[in-house]
Formats: sequence, structure tokens, C-alpha cells
Amino acid sequence: MLGVKFKEILDSLFLKELVSGMAITLRYMFKPKITIQYPEERTPTSPRFRGVHVLRKYEDGEERCVACKLCEAICPAQAIYIEIDETSRAEKRLTKVYDIDLFKCIYCGLCEEACPVEAIVMGPYLDVAFENREDRFYHKDKMLTNGDKWKPVVDARLQADAKYR
Amino acid sequence: MTEFLQPIHAFGNDTFGVLWPVVWNLACIMIVVGPMLGAVAYLTYVERRVIAFMHVRVGPNRVGPIGLLQPIADAVKLMFKETLIPIHSRPMIFLIGPILTMGPALLAWAVIPFQPEMVIADLNIGVLYVLAISSIGAYGVLMGGWASNTRYSLLGGIRSSAQMISYEVSMGFTIIPVVMLSGSLNLSTIVEAQKNMWFVIPLFPMFVVYFISVVAETNRAPFDLPEAESELVSGFMTEYSALTYGMFFLGEYANMILVSALGSVLFLGGWLPPIAALDFIPGILWLAIKMSFLLFVFLWIRATFPRYRYDQLMRLGWKVFLPLSLFWIFVTGSAIHLLNLL
Ligand code: SF4
Ligand code: SF4
Repeated sequence: MLGVKFKEILDSLFLKELVSGMAITLRYMFKPKITIQYPEERTPTSPRFRGVHVLRKYEDGEERCVACKLCEAICPAQAIYIEIDETSRAEKRLTKVYDIDLFKCIYCGLCEEACPVEAIVMGPYLDVAFENREDRFYHKDKMLTNGDKWKPVVDARLQADAKYR
Repeated sequence: MTEFLQPIHAFGNDTFGVLWPVVWNLACIMIVVGPMLGAVAYLTYVERRVIAFMHVRVGPNRVGPIGLLQPIADAVKLMFKETLIPIHSRPMIFLIGPILTMGPALLAWAVIPFQPEMVIADLNIGVLYVLAISSIGAYGVLMGGWASNTRYSLLGGIRSSAQMISYEVSMGFTIIPVVMLSGSLNLSTIVEAQKNMWFVIPLFPMFVVYFISVVAETNRAPFDLPEAESELVSGFMTEYSALTYGMFFLGEYANMILVSALGSVLFLGGWLPPIAALDFIPGILWLAIKMSFLLFVFLWIRATFPRYRYDQLMRLGWKVFLPLSLFWIFVTGSAIHLLNLL
């Protein structure tokens, strides 16, 4: 009993706990760092990850979207705005304007679910930082370009998830 | 050193005549203060890097090679922000507050000896001068808190000055054994007295108490209660912005460097090498190495320990450190008397 008490006093007199705590931090100083250098390195994401939207094309370069406005109708945040291109013919209607307001979008993925032709698909990245308020609108051409650029990733993603749809 | 300075003094006397001592002193001050400010800036960088490493992160590494330009970017950002002055405050006092925190930390360098004869003012009461000057910092904190026209800042200011004063007491008492052993208040003489044995060996407990006290006095973690961003929203400096806010932090970092220098001079033998064989390395480098080590310990402590509670802080200061240092003064005195050391 007395010995325990004495040991406690000695420990606090020689700052034993402080020293062992500092030893731990010193040891960790030389451990390999686990930081991910974000824009260059990314954490792996699930195939179901819902990043910013892309619009897809068919293999021959034709736009998939048939301007059915289902995505616009289902969007809970009303983030999508579509205008139909009046000059497009009945066998293939096209959109003139297809805007997504990324400030409104809640990345729920319902637009992707609603689309009958898998035209709009959630992309693999969620890099939504803008220098300018207007940049938050993702226009049709931007999403088409992104779709081309990220095609392998988006396709692989759809493939991986296809059997659950 | 003297041979090296002779031609400079001769040249100065020819050019400036009677004004030379003034010019020479100004030049000395520039030579000390310039690198000091650089060191303060880069201490913030080193701090962020070291703490990041201890947290298994990488810290700032984007601006310039391995993030080396980060302090400059921070400084530019601070300077271009707006300095807000709250309404119904006392603008003059509000602005003097940060200056009073920063100023003393630079003033005290006048008596720190970097090397034999390398000191701006070789005062015989160097220790007293440092203690007197460094306690002015508490006024800066109190004035800043009072002039902000906010009750919270006022309370924060009172808390902080209470903390600084409490720990200044125990810090002062830890220096007394050093003065007793060396028989002088002159910092250069104190270093010379450590020729045979650094005072850290006979006075090790005092060194520990000194170090913990200065950690508390410079408001560093785990005693950073004046700031306490999370629970108190920066206490006495809630109302400060941009450069005035930065000045408080520059003062804090300058104070860290200062107390590290003082600790090295008082306990770790200042410019003396650990063994005489290493004499060929200039003394100023030895001092720098010792200071860097102490500064590293500052950062190390911050990365390790959680913040103290205010009553724990006061208890430690008054009920542990004060009796301990008084007891050690007694022990030192008895030892000197019994062993006929002086
Ligand atoms: S992810 Fe959801 S919120 Fe965003 S556009 Fe699609 S449906 Fe609207
Ligand atoms: S993206 Fe799909 S759901 Fe939306 S309008 Fe085009 S085809 Fe219809």
C-alpha cells in the first residue's frame, strides 16, 4: 500500500507520464505519413460513388439524351433545367439547353435512376470548387466533354453496378 | 572578435565622428532584430511541419519547395486584411496592446550574449533587465482585453495576465539558484561560470521548472488558455484582426525564441560547447543549436499534451512550482555554504 503510494509520488516527481507521452509523439514523427495529396492523389471510391454528372454518348458519338425531361421531373432539388431543341426531328429529339445547378443538386442520383437511356450518369469525381458563382452551372457541352473524358471510368462504374439494377 | 571590429570602429569614427556610437548601436540592433523577425516567421513554418509530422500528416508543402514560402504567403495575407477597430473602444490603447506584446520580446535581446563580446549591451544587471522587460508583455494582454470594449475580452485579458504574472514568479525564482551559483547578474558572466559544468546538471529540477514556467508564460500549449480558440474564442484577442492579431502571435513566437535563448544561456552554457574539444565551432552556433533544441521541445510539447484547465494551471504555478523553486534555492544555498563553493 505504502509502496504503491510512494511509487505514484516518484512517478509524478519524475514526470514519468509526460515523458512517455512525449516518447510516443517523437516516435510517430518518423512514421510514414498517411496524408493524401488531394488533387493529385485520391482515395478509392465505390462504383456507386455519386460525383458530378456527366452526359454520355453512344459509341458512334451520337448524344444519348432524348430530351424526355424525366430527370428534370424527378429531381427533388429542381436542379436540372432542360429546353428542347425545336429544330430536332421527332425520331431523335435533342436538348438545346441542359443545365444542372450544382449548388442545388444534392447528389441523390435520382436523375440517373430516372433516365431511360442512361444518358445522365453520376461521374466519378466530386471536384466542385469554383472561382466564379456562374461556374456552378454545368452546361450541356461541359457534361458531354466530361463524359468523353471520363468514359472509361464511367463505363466501368456502370458495368460494376449493372447486375443490381 | 576585437581584432575584427577594430577596423570597422576606426572607419566609423572617421566617417560619422561623434555620432558613431549611435550608428553602431543602431546597426547592431538591426543585425539582431532582422534575423529575429525572419526566425519568428520561419518558426511558424517549422511548428506546423513538426506538429504535422508528429500527427502523421505532412503539413504545409504547397507554397514553394517543401512549403518554404508559406510564412511569406501568410504574412502577405495578414497584411492585406483589414484591421478592424471595434466601436466605443479606445483605439490608441487597442493598437498599443499588440505592440506591447511584441516589443519587449525584441527589446530583451539587447542583453543576450551570442558569443564572448557579441552582445549589444553588456549590462551588469542583465538578468534583472530581462525579467523587467519581459513582464511588460502582460500589460499588452491586459490593455488589449480592456480596450476591446467587450466583457469577454476583458475577462480573457485578466485571466491571461493572471497566468503570465503567476508563472513569471516561479520563473524568477528558478533563475535565483543560477545567480547564486555564478555570483553575477551579468549574462555573459553567467555563461563563463558554466565553463566546468553547465548549470543544468546541478539544477536540473530548476531547469524543468523554468522550462514549464516559460511554456506557460509564453501562452503556449498546453497552457494556451489565453487563446483557447475552441472554448473561449481567442479570449482577450477576440476583437483583433489582421496585422494586430498577427502581432500578438509574432510576440508569442518572439517570446518563445527569447526564452529559449535565455534558457540556453542560464542553464545550458550559452555559447560553450559541451566538451572543450569542440571549441572550433563558433559559439554562436552552439547557442543556436541549444535554442533550436529548446524550441523543438516547445513544439513537441504542443503536439503531445491536451490543454490544462485554468484552476489546474494556477495550482501548478502557486502550489507546486513556487514551493519547489523556493526549496531548491534553500538547497543551493546550503550546498554553496557547506561546500564553500564561492
Ligand atoms: S442528383 Fe438528384 S438533385 Fe442532383 S440533379 Fe440528379 S436528381 Fe437532381
Ligand atoms: S438525361 Fe435522360 S432522363 Fe434526362 S432528359 Fe435526357 S434522356 Fe431524359
